[in-house]
Amino acid sequence: MSTSELETHAYDVVVIGAGGAGLRAAIASHESGARTAIVCKSLLGKAHTVMAEGGIAAAMGNVWPDDNWRVHFRDTMRGGKMLNHWRMAQLHAQEAPDRVLELEEWGALFDRTKDGLISQRDFGGHRYARLAHVGDRTGLEMIRTLQQRAVALGIDVFMECTVTKLLKDVDRIAGAFGYWRDSGRFVMFEAPAVVLATGGIGKSYRVTSNSWEYTGDGHALALDAGASLVNMEFVQFHPTGMVWPPSVRGILVTESVRGDGGVLRNSEGKRFMFDYIPEFFKGETADSEAEADRWYEDKKNNRRPPELLPRDEVARAINSEIKAGRGSPHDGIFLDIASRRDAAFIQRRLPSMYHQFKELADVDITAEAMEIGPTCHYVMGGVEVDPDTGVSVVPGLYAAGEVAGGMHGSNRLGGNSLSDLLVFGRRAGLHAGYFAYRHRRRPVRVHQQQVNAAAEAAVAPFAQDGGENPYTLQRELQEVMQELVGIIRTEDELTESLRKLADLRRRAGELSVEGHRQYNPGWHLALDLPNMLTVSECIAMAALERTESRGGHTREDFPGTDESWGGINLILTNDAGGELSLQRQDLPRMPDELHELFEVK
Amino acid sequence: MGYPLSMRLWRGDRDGGALQDFTVEVEEGEVVLDAIHRVQATQAGDLAVRWNCKAGKCGSCSAEINGRSRLMCMTRLSDFGHEDVITVTPLRAFPVVRDLVTDVSYNYVKARELPAFAPTPPDADGKRRMMQQDVERGQEFRKCIECFLCQNTCHVIRDHEENKPAFAGPRFFLRYAELDMHPLDTHDRRELAQSAAGIGLCNITKCCTEVCPENIKITDNAIIPMKERVVDRKYDPLVWLGTKIRRRDDRTEL
Amino acid sequence: MATGVFGPERASVEARTLRPDRWWLPPLTTFVVFAAFIVYSTWRAFSGDDYYAAPYISPFYSPCLTDNCVEGSNDFGSPIGWWGLSPALIILIFPLGFRLSCYYYRKAYYRAFWLSPPACSVAEPHSKYTGETRFPLIFQNIHRWFLYAAAVVALILTYDVVLAFRDENEDWGHMGLGTVILLANVVLIWLYTLSCHSCRHVIGGRLRNFSRHPVRYKAWTLVSRLNRNHPQWAWLSLFSVALADFYVYLLATGAFDDPRFF
Repeated sequence: MSTSELETHAYDVVVIGAGGAGLRAAIASHESGARTAIVCKSLLGKAHTVMAEGGIAAAMGNVWPDDNWRVHFRDTMRGGKMLNHWRMAQLHAQEAPDRVLELEEWGALFDRTKDGLISQRDFGGHRYARLAHVGDRTGLEMIRTLQQRAVALGIDVFMECTVTKLLKDVDRIAGAFGYWRDSGRFVMFEAPAVVLATGGIGKSYRVTSNSWEYTGDGHALALDAGASLVNMEFVQFHPTGMVWPPSVRGILVTESVRGDGGVLRNSEGKRFMFDYIPEFFKGETADSEAEADRWYEDKKNNRRPPELLPRDEVARAINSEIKAGRGSPHDGIFLDIASRRDAAFIQRRLPSMYHQFKELADVDITAEAMEIGPTCHYVMGGVEVDPDTGVSVVPGLYAAGEVAGGMHGSNRLGGNSLSDLLVFGRRAGLHAGYFAYRHRRRPVRVHQQQVNAAAEAAVAPFAQDGGENPYTLQRELQEVMQELVGIIRTEDELTESLRKLADLRRRAGELSVEGHRQYNPGWHLALDLPNMLTVSECIAMAALERTESRGGHTREDFPGTDESWGGINLILTNDAGGELSLQRQDLPRMPDELHELFEVK
Repeated sequence: MGYPLSMRLWRGDRDGGALQDFTVEVEEGEVVLDAIHRVQATQAGDLAVRWNCKAGKCGSCSAEINGRSRLMCMTRLSDFGHEDVITVTPLRAFPVVRDLVTDVSYNYVKARELPAFAPTPPDADGKRRMMQQDVERGQEFRKCIECFLCQNTCHVIRDHEENKPAFAGPRFFLRYAELDMHPLDTHDRRELAQSAAGIGLCNITKCCTEVCPENIKITDNAIIPMKERVVDRKYDPLVWLGTKIRRRDDRTEL
Repeated sequence: MATGVFGPERASVEARTLRPDRWWLPPLTTFVVFAAFIVYSTWRAFSGDDYYAAPYISPFYSPCLTDNCVEGSNDFGSPIGWWGLSPALIILIFPLGFRLSCYYYRKAYYRAFWLSPPACSVAEPHSKYTGETRFPLIFQNIHRWFLYAAAVVALILTYDVVLAFRDENEDWGHMGLGTVILLANVVLIWLYTLSCHSCRHVIGGRLRNFSRHPVRYKAWTLVSRLNRNHPQWAWLSLFSVALADFYVYLLATGAFDDPRFF
């Protein structure tokens, strides 16, 4: 393919992904003066951020004046079982309040306190009520606000356009290559800086709250471009996903249900979470129903209900109850708010949950309990980045949001995701713009053979007849990950999963798709599959290596948290032969003044 | 408790197309999008369909099911009998791309034409204060998931392609209303709502409200109030005089 | 060239709608009922007769303001004494204008009479469409002035109900079936008038800061609640006004005797 017939665009910064992080990065990059483009797989405003429900965690102190960034920092580190990059957690806690106020400046309409300030709600793992929210559709509000801001600034958006390859000029990023989903034509972006904001990997699992886009594109693109991934074994299973009817299995039930008074019960009607309070959180968790119920009204003198423990704890507890045969009829457990709050309260505070259950499951949550179970929700691991700038080890390659790793350690607290997107989206965009400016006299050059290779790889699935069906392969992959690399893992199963993944990888080389290139979902899936396989292999490899249980990684054969693992990150890279390679690396050490926050008072 | 479902799906592109019959095995509790995914995975791998969240939150899988504008992910099969044939076509107000996918760029063009929110400066502590009752009307409109079903069903553009340049459509009247009701906005967009967005073309026949999957009362709470605000500005000398004398409205007209 | 859903870029589907339901039923019902009302009210308005049977006056003829009013029916004198046609024509213009420019009735008759559109997602038969941007439909914008006038008429009808608690000799303490009918009618007319979208706007909807106007906010909340059932009040008050008139007609022609409760 000659360059003349290839649609080509030149920008200073290309942002891949138009969720919260991508949009925020593009806004920051644009405001830094860089010519900026957003490239996204879906229509603008449809990214997975719309699914976020609970809120944006930010220590604004609107509801509890005692709240400040140090408390938020401490909660985040403890939630992540101290495996977070301390600097990311610090920046995140410090900058989140400003990022929220900025959204309001751009038109977001948050729920208010009585004084007219932004209201904040309780969430698991957060000491104070600190989630800025709009009912239970905060993600929608956030993405719409950012989208409208990006549109107002006139940032170019390439919608329904998928990037399949990052282009490099020696060691630097030179651009990106992709295709238009509607026409199937190729398109190339020349840019000295690329920001990855592609989200997560959830589509590798069968039961997931994630949409089809979550195929780990950014993780795979980064690896392929020479960047490293950190701590991929940590996958968060959200404790409360819908379990019935089967077609909606996995769809999220927001944590706000519990923050607003909902409790978990097993088939015997027992609030079983009291049996699952780990030593680590005993000091701050209520040990009787009476105290837990008082907490909603009086947070100063009572400890938190165990339903609001970090997500990993709750998901494991639910898993154990179901395994012990105390589950609900459809293999979940009961989440009950109907018996605890009146109908008007539920409809006001949880309108989209009410709507979701009514429309999809024909369940009235103001009258009966919901059936829920764990669902794959979020990957804590991701591209290893510099905390302050978001740059990866590849010059010009930035990452922010779920695709970046380190911020959440081994487990993410609810509400910290949206704030993560804003804080590090902005930082990555700003620094990408700055990088492009610094290198304006040393332009990059796109190498034709890279473009040709990318184009050939992209059309390969059309070349053969009678090969593997991509839909079948995807289903098998999801089955492997769900069964063998799920919430509870063992050495045998992980070894087995790697063998099966290798087999799937071989078969993925023999995909065939029917039809032509115009809006062909079979072809699109065939191009997403290698990325899904790559991230699946990363997760399984890292999970096999880490012989302990911590946060979003639970090993049945190593059930305890092991101090000696507490200071170790697992780093994945592509070696010279294109094979995944895994190294251990020391966790960056926290400065003493932050360390003091964790000393027992 | 599965059963074979008969479907008629529109397949084709701008050069032509037709309804094609499919029979697909479906399960209790499934939605139309599940059935279409199964057709895709087993019978027509290249069947084009746009979707994302499959939970009624993103507004991607808009289509016409038995002639009505619906989200495929929120249309349960249990709403139909086992013997019923379900017909699915792409949105008929927009240019078709392929199969069930349409080119909805009209809506993104209209979004760009709307002047952005311009708030008053924050209070001394850097925060802004608004009361819950003042933001509630806007919050209803911001529930919009941009599925564009209201745009699709609106006869002003559905039946009259030539009105598209002059008409922003219900989704954007929501935006005009939201901004005009915002307690902190400093811009007056009433003139624009009439001249640029063409609110006068709307004859309030309420189809937009009927199809809204978020149950936003588009006509009653946004379009009609916006029409009334235009009347304040253009057709009610008393109101006009009142605002001039008492200088109540200090917004800048756009 | 084909346009709309049959345009060259749209998905080619021959049917103007694929809706299998009886989408034509609601507009047809509206058409039949409205047409019947128009025929009835035209006959009654032009007849200029049989509209007063003490103490009841038909809502079509109240207030009666001309010299040719039936004796006893002109409680407000005869300020337009020279008028030679039916006295109803002077006053009916206000409720008629109010209803014609009402946001709900507009929806109903645009659909049922003008087929624009006949039902949602059913292609309309017109090749051009300019909405309410031109003469005469641009005059729909003066709906709120008709609201003010209609409110005055509603006040007068309320006064008529008060008078209906007198008997034919103007002695207080009477109630007949007519009183009940007039009372029900005026209640429905008030519900329809107050639940009007323009009323909702004027009472508080036009504000940008509810919190600074707590009383108007409260009033707006109440009107908003009524407004949700505006279509229902529109239909019920349409029936009640026709019924009230017909009842007076029956009494005036002597076809029926008003049952008295006390």
